[in-house]
Amino acid sequence: MRPLKIIVLAKQVPDTRHVGPDAMKPDGTVNRGKLSTVFNPDDLHALELALNIKDRIPGTKVTILTMGPQKAADIIREGYYRGVDDGIMISDRRFGGADTLATSYTIVQGIKKIADYDLIVGGRQAIDGDTAQVGPQCADKLNIPQVTYVEEILDFNDTQIIARRRLSKGVETVSSPFPCLMTVHGSSPECRSRIAKNVMRYKYARTKTEMRKGDPVLEKLHKKRPHLVIPEWSVEDIDADINKIGLAGSPTKVKSVSSIVLTANESKVLTDSDSDIEGMIKELIKHHTIG
Amino acid sequence: MKSVFVYCEIENENVAEISQELLSAGKRLAQKLGAPLEAMVFGNNLNGIESQISPYGVDKLFIADDSKLDPYRTLPHAALAYKILKEQDPQIVLFGATSVGRDLAPRLASKLNCGLTADTTILDIGDHFVKKEKKEYTDLLYAIRPAFGGSIMANIINWDMHPQMATVREGVMKKEIIDENYKTEIIEINANEVLSDEDFVVEVIERHIEESGVNLKESPIIVAGGYGVGSKENFDLLRNLANILGGEVGGSRAAVDAGFIDHNRQIGQTGTTVRPKLYIAAGISGAIQHTAGMQDASMIISINNDPDAPINAIADYVITGDLGVVLPKMIKYYKENAK
Repeated sequence: MRPLKIIVLAKQVPDTRHVGPDAMKPDGTVNRGKLSTVFNPDDLHALELALNIKDRIPGTKVTILTMGPQKAADIIREGYYRGVDDGIMISDRRFGGADTLATSYTIVQGIKKIADYDLIVGGRQAIDGDTAQVGPQCADKLNIPQVTYVEEILDFNDTQIIARRRLSKGVETVSSPFPCLMTVHGSSPECRSRIAKNVMRYKYARTKTEMRKGDPVLEKLHKKRPHLVIPEWSVEDIDADINKIGLAGSPTKVKSVSSIVLTANESKVLTDSDSDIEGMIKELIKHHTIG
Repeated sequence: MKSVFVYCEIENENVAEISQELLSAGKRLAQKLGAPLEAMVFGNNLNGIESQISPYGVDKLFIADDSKLDPYRTLPHAALAYKILKEQDPQIVLFGATSVGRDLAPRLASKLNCGLTADTTILDIGDHFVKKEKKEYTDLLYAIRPAFGGSIMANIINWDMHPQMATVREGVMKKEIIDENYKTEIIEINANEVLSDEDFVVEVIERHIEESGVNLKESPIIVAGGYGVGSKENFDLLRNLANILGGEVGGSRAAVDAGFIDHNRQIGQTGTTVRPKLYIAAGISGAIQHTAGMQDASMIISINNDPDAPINAIADYVITGDLGVVLPKMIKYYKENAK
């Protein structure tokens, strides 16, 4: 089997799974500052899928690609700690406010710059939007097949890859030729832990922008070890059309958000006393709700 | 007025439940707009399928019937849908937020270079004033969905890159037959004229569709537990009550995440949406993530230690107390009073 070139798409997201009471501002908008950021859970599964193929096919090269603000360089470092060969960051203020269409355009411009790939993998969806749209949209723009909800890679040869998909009501095994794009389901294996040796090797990896405040020690280190410089691509670097990125390239706009106010019912308030509960059961039986 | 379009899924040779819901939701939008409702369906052996679609008030139906179109594969379905939508130029297109719809719709949105809102739970028609252009856009689709882990509802609109597309969650739209004999214009599409070998490069080798065994959606009574139930063992209290009432047991995301109950019994935004006759919520605080999936129950009983649990606001009966005390008493008095 020939070695593969794999690109992992990964996103840094606010941790919407742990939304505390202070995560909402009084006006009903999200207080992003109160939410910690995490490696999008499904994308970690995608990373594992890629690293697993690398284990099985010697010489396979895994590149992690993320798009986001400077803080998202954490995603690249995390990728290095767990075993990727390369990391690339797409970052530019002008990409901000992008919906899935503009995001997929931007990512595809980045992928086209990488040019050489057999397989692209990403999580099924990101927990900040749960849309599951960017994967299929990238596949369309690259004009390659998509295989969504992948749970396990069953087999591969030089020309095609066979995977099991997890559907909401079952499973399906499909084959796809290379190159193709896969989105990975959360039911696939969890990502391996960081490797101590890699943490030592990459903990000082930084983008140029992260270095801009000036740290002489790090600068010297980066000159000596160029692998610590995380490539950072701007609008110009990926030759992006300014009308197709950010807010301008996004057809969907948020008209309004509302924190959900539960419509108040006239509720009967009871205690756990025998008489209260027996009374309620009798009413339910009388109205044929139960019984 | 341009049309409202629905992509219909086939399940076990019939029009899927979600697609029937979409046809009804689409018809309501079309009526508000004074526009026709159109639909497309692709599959194998579709003879007579129109009889399941027309009654929802479909004015025009596009059918592609070919053995290569079943089971669903992304590329051929996307190519057919793209051709039809490009020619028909509808105003709104709806898909189910299913394994199929969530695979197909984004690929199509990219092809059509248009907006797509995922997992909507409310659809409406309304206007929007764009300040920058000083222009009022009328008759836009309001695609409303829970966002940010279910803590807010967002109204998503799209005024400049059409069509306006949305996937819609299963079980949230009411089915409504308009007329059993509704007259539908049928247009048959020859798949072979549209598709090429390249559309079939992905092959389905094997397929297992499982009946999940759990039928929360159809159950008239649901006893659901949250994190407040405390343990896997305590869920037996809920199971006992559900068994005696002839209902099913469900859980909130917090209860599923804590391992108290199986994932396939999760109710809420990321689980199943239900609208039973009776919903008993035990130890559930009532995050939007959960209430979005059960608030349409005819009657809601909330059992909670916390008299201020948000779910109490939508409950018909609020029992403030320990579920370990309340649930056995409910069983006891049901046994004593039921005939």
